[in-house]
Amino acid sequence: MASTQTSGPPGTASQTAAITGLDSLELGVVSTGRGPGRLARKAWTATWPKLLAIGLALVAWQLFYLSNFHGDTAAGLVKGPGAGLADLWDQMQHAQLWQAIGTTAQTAVTGYLLALVIGSVIGAIVSRIPPLRAATGSIISGLQTMPSIAWFPFAIILFGTSVSAILFVMVLGAAPSIANGLITGVDYTPPLLLRAGRTMGLRGIALYRHLILPASLPAYLAGLKQGWAFAWRSLMAGQLLVIIVGQLSLGILLNNAQDNQDLTGAISIMIVILIIGIVVDAIFSKTDLAVRRRRGLLTEAQSA
Amino acid sequence: MNVLQRNGGPRDPNALLNGHRPGESVPGTGGTKGTGGTKGTGAAISLTEVSKVYGRGPGAVRAVDRLSLTVGDGEFVCLVGASGCGKSTLLSIVAGLDMPTAGQVDTGGRRVAIMFQEPALFPWLTARRNVELALRALKVAKDERRRRAIQLLEAVHLRDFADKRPHELSGGMRQRVALARALAQNADVLLMDEPFGALDAMTRDLLHDELERICSERSLTVLFVTHNVREAARLGDRVVLLSSRPGRVIEEYDVPRTGPRRIDSASVADLASTVTDRLREEMSRHG
Repeated sequence: MASTQTSGPPGTASQTAAITGLDSLELGVVSTGRGPGRLARKAWTATWPKLLAIGLALVAWQLFYLSNFHGDTAAGLVKGPGAGLADLWDQMQHAQLWQAIGTTAQTAVTGYLLALVIGSVIGAIVSRIPPLRAATGSIISGLQTMPSIAWFPFAIILFGTSVSAILFVMVLGAAPSIANGLITGVDYTPPLLLRAGRTMGLRGIALYRHLILPASLPAYLAGLKQGWAFAWRSLMAGQLLVIIVGQLSLGILLNNAQDNQDLTGAISIMIVILIIGIVVDAIFSKTDLAVRRRRGLLTEAQSA
Repeated sequence: MNVLQRNGGPRDPNALLNGHRPGESVPGTGGTKGTGGTKGTGAAISLTEVSKVYGRGPGAVRAVDRLSLTVGDGEFVCLVGASGCGKSTLLSIVAGLDMPTAGQVDTGGRRVAIMFQEPALFPWLTARRNVELALRALKVAKDERRRRAIQLLEAVHLRDFADKRPHELSGGMRQRVALARALAQNADVLLMDEPFGALDAMTRDLLHDELERICSERSLTVLFVTHNVREAARLGDRVVLLSSRPGRVIEEYDVPRTGPRRIDSASVADLASTVTDRLREEMSRHG
């Protein structure tokens, strides 16, 4: 017994050999394909769906242009994708568009971070206190179903036509989703893991930090992603409704296009809005995928 | 020595909260309370007239009924019974996860670790970090945690897989990580709730050898619940047969230690058939 620890794993030689042999049999052969070929294939798998989506959008635009739906094609008010994109390229050379994107992005980040903090704090508190959980659960779900645009009259009366009104509605739209994500995660922490954690002696804050929070991460991430979608929509609605004089934003540019009956201009700004949405969504999806891969929650197809 | 360092005196500060009563005198435990680790000097677990009733009124279910059982220091006791004998309830009570409705549970302040049928590993942590978390709960310093976790994984032949996550391991390997994690809790008493129930026969056979070796190296007291009579006869120093609904001890079989046993040894088969006959008799009572 005393000598078992000095060299290699303990146990009799035949027993050790049997168990390590079985281990390698059970794990099977894992292909560790590496190299440039694999990287290129990965990059291609990631990009082709997006390229196809862009192609489909351009085809739709072209069809709309050819249909002469508004009767303005001849008048030159509507342009095809080629001329329209050239216009957008042209706008990208001017500071105006970038200034608008900057303002919008800044409001988006501020509003989302506010919602993140408020939603997380509410979620953490509510999930810890059962009576509060019972009382507020339905309110939080109810808030989620409320269209954010319905909040604007209230917000404008309260804050006036200011960024605060927009931020207020963004937080109201996003925070419930974020709180709900965290609460769901805590609710669905596997009871078996809780039992295991308790027998290990994890209690109170330690139990929360080492077990409940990591276990809730996937649901929390889902909440963050949904919260972003609500925040982004509220922001767009807000910038169209709450016109702040002297501040250029994507909403203002859209409004201007509407006022000028500039269909092509509207489409250009919409493309910019769409691209921002897709990029942020891709970041959330990547994070979600990484978390699920670490935990072995991916199917064969997803992990390919 | 492969045995982790053991401290003297009662070590479980939560003993009272958990329903253990270290100060209480239970016949048979004598003066051994709190001196865990010295094999063969008394009882590691004493259950006295323990009952557990779920619910109230006419709908109440009596899972365990006035059950008394003593497990000696360093003894390996297997609990066998059909469904509804309250095996798992009993383990939860001994582990302090559940309170008995009546009766007394005494583990003499010994540290108790529990293993379930599922490995219950944390999927976001590697094998090593899973083991380290148990050490962290004991407030072991960081460098020491890492060193000890590797040492424990080596004891279950998984050193090379220390940085794999649970989903990258096979069922048998996961259960060995769970065993390493249970050992990390520095416990004198290991409670096992059908730990190999979900594994194939070959893996189970190898894990029986592993468990036997580790338990004797560390002088662990084991209370092992299973519905597999052969497994009980293979592993136990004593096999305790429980009745169903409510759970009570109906028979105990001492297993003489006569050299190494295997699942296909004649002595194991003989004992298993004796126990199975008695178990069938008990089951037909409920027909």
